[in-house]
Formats: sequence, structure tokens, C-alpha cells
Amino acid sequence: MVTSSNIETKKIWTILEQVTDPEIPVLTIADLGIVRDVKINGDEVEIIITPTYTGCPAMDMIAMNIKLALLENGYSNIKISSVLAPAWTTDWMTEDGKRKLKEYGIAPPQSESGPRKWRGPESFHVQCPQCNSSNTRCISEFGSTACKSLYQCNDCKEPFDYFKCH
Amino acid sequence: MNSSLIDYIQHLADNALIMAQRNAEWCGHGPVLEQDIAITNISLDLLGQSRNFYQYAAQLINESEKSDEATEDSLAYLRTERAFKNCFLAEQPNGDWAQTVLRQFFFSAYQFLLYKKLQDNTDEQIAAIAAKALKEVTYHLRWSSEWVIRLGDGTEESHQRMLTAIDELWQYTGELFMPAAYELESGFDVSSLKDDWFNKVVAVFEEATLPVPEKCFMQTGGKTGIHTEHLGFILAEMQYLQRTYPNAEW
Repeated sequence: MVTSSNIETKKIWTILEQVTDPEIPVLTIADLGIVRDVKINGDEVEIIITPTYTGCPAMDMIAMNIKLALLENGYSNIKISSVLAPAWTTDWMTEDGKRKLKEYGIAPPQSESGPRKWRGPESFHVQCPQCNSSNTRCISEFGSTACKSLYQCNDCKEPFDYFKCH
Repeated sequence: MNSSLIDYIQHLADNALIMAQRNAEWCGHGPVLEQDIAITNISLDLLGQSRNFYQYAAQLINESEKSDEATEDSLAYLRTERAFKNCFLAEQPNGDWAQTVLRQFFFSAYQFLLYKKLQDNTDEQIAAIAAKALKEVTYHLRWSSEWVIRLGDGTEESHQRMLTAIDELWQYTGELFMPAAYELESGFDVSSLKDDWFNKVVAVFEEATLPVPEKCFMQTGGKTGIHTEHLGFILAEMQYLQRTYPNAEW
């Protein structure tokens, strides 16, 4: 059954799909899987989000951008709540999001999910987003933001960011 | 309200905050750009963990005192040295790069085992924070292990620096596994992690061609608020702004 609140919720999701990540502007927060739920309580709209990394400084800005997007669309009573469980994982990233990342020059997370091993080499090869070669190497486990590590392609020699599996 | 639970959560928060503050001292001073970025990324992860724990502790304090005075900021910026419950290891100076990566390795191996256990804690909020942080700590442990091996099994000089760092820091590792009263009361005996921690250290040290220290006297006190001389200086720097300009925001 389609109720008016269902239609309203759908409308809000469409608005949220326009909000982008401040660090990686090709991705929307919907692509990232940050929005966990939308609830309507009377005239209050509650958006439930989950942080990607515990200390990610982009989260405050994302919350503010959500608020602004909803304000622009006529909502005034907005509540943003944050939940920690279940913990965010790159498995929630949409296929569309992975495609956009690659076009932007960032290697998308490989499908192997969950926390990585605490020691030893990776069991998979990260693919170069420029030339698609799998002959690549990790330069640093940590990159310009918490969600990325730094790689270089041994074939085309381009350095690139890899969006880590999480 | 269960005050030992609040103490325990603050202990977890203080450990993460003081390690974050120490690592952040490297910002702009790392040996190479990639490692400067790595150590500050680790610092940021730890800061995020401490915020989650402080927010939760503040919520519990306010519920028990029926007030709204405690916040994550008041707990981080307005408590004195004796109120901090971080372990000795976290507050030790950065020293050289060898000492910093060894401190991180000891700490991450401990946090890794601790959070693995805490993710099944009956307290849902502690479990959620731990499960989330565990993914990040896996990276910290991996990165710091690789550095211990690289320096230990590196040049004569890097090996010597690791030996000096072990001499300096080993005495502070015992405290991690000696439970304070609030740890036992909040339902978790940290001493049960000791063997697994030691085995991880042995595995990495063997590859790094470093000797595992003999049993020695272990310093204790940090967890119960008795600190080395270093913590006061850390707090002086970290808390200066909020104490001089109360409630300043920017």
C-alpha cells in the first residue's frame, strides 16, 4: 500500500541522492551507503547516518549539507542522528558509485570485504584505474583521507588512490 | 549509576586521546611525506575513537547526575592529570621514529585484541564503538608491525635504535594487562589478553631479528591516575586554549 508518508520518504531519499561527499565530490552519500534510514515523526524529518571512519572529519560537513539540502526543499524541522552499529562497510557502496570512483581516477574497493589481515601481503591485486593493469604496488597504507591508501601502477607508472576495503 | 563503568569508558577514551595527541606531534615532522600522513591518519582514527567514548561517558554522567554539564569537550579539556586514566605507554614521548613505531606497535596489538573482545560486550554502545574501531586498528597494527620489522631487520643503526626503544618502552607494557578495579568491575579481565599479545610481539620480533626482553619489573599507575611526569606537559599544551579562553569555539 502506498501511503502519503511513503511518498514523502521517497521524496526525501531523492533529495539525499543529490548530496555529495565533500572529499570525493563524484560520490553521493547514497552511493557511499552513509544514510541508513529516513523517518518521519509528525512534521519532523529524521535522517539517520553512520560515519565511514570513526574520526572522519567530513562527517560534520555531510550532516550540514544534508540539512541544507532539506532546508532548500522546504523542510524546516530536521534531525540528524548518527548510529555506529552495524559498522559501515564498503560493501554498502553501490555499483554505480564504484564505477564513478574509477572514472574519477580512484581505484574502487575490491569485492573482498571485511577487515583485512593484520599482517602479510594482500591476497588480491588492486587494479590501476588508468590502464586496468593488475601489476600494481602499495606505496603507503594511508592516503590523503582516512578511506584511501596510495598505490602505483608498475606498467603505466601512474600513482593512484585506492579506496580501501573496510 | 555504575561509576566503575564510567571510569572504564573514560579509561578507553583517555588511552585513545593521549596516543592521538602524541602521534599528532609528528604532524609536519614525519621522516617522509607518506609516513607523516600515515602517523597523522592513525592519530585521527584514535581521536575519533576517543570522541565516541567521551560522548558515551558524558551521556552516562549526565544521566546519573541529572545534569547536562558533561560533554566530550569538558572530559577532554577540563579534567586534571589525576583524573586521566590512560596507561603509561600512551603518554611516553615520541623519541625517535623507532620509539614512536614501537609504542604504536605495542599499543595497537593491545587495542586489536581488546576491541576484538569488546565488540561482543553486553553494553551495546561499547560493542558498537569497538566493532567500528577494530577495522581501523587492524591497519594500525599492520603498519606498525611492518615498521618494527623494517627497522629491526634494517641497518646496524636502525637495529640499535629499536633496541634502545625496547629498553625504554618494555617496562610500560605490563600495565596494559594488570586490570584496575574498574576494569574488573565492569566485567572484563584484561589479563586474559596477555598471552595472545605476547605471542604477537614474539612473532614480529623474530622476523625483525629483535630479542624479546627477559621478565622485568613493570611500572604501573597510569590507569589509576598516577602518571609519569610527561602527562602534565601533554595536558598543558592540549588544554591551554579551553582553560585560557573558556568555551572558545572556532
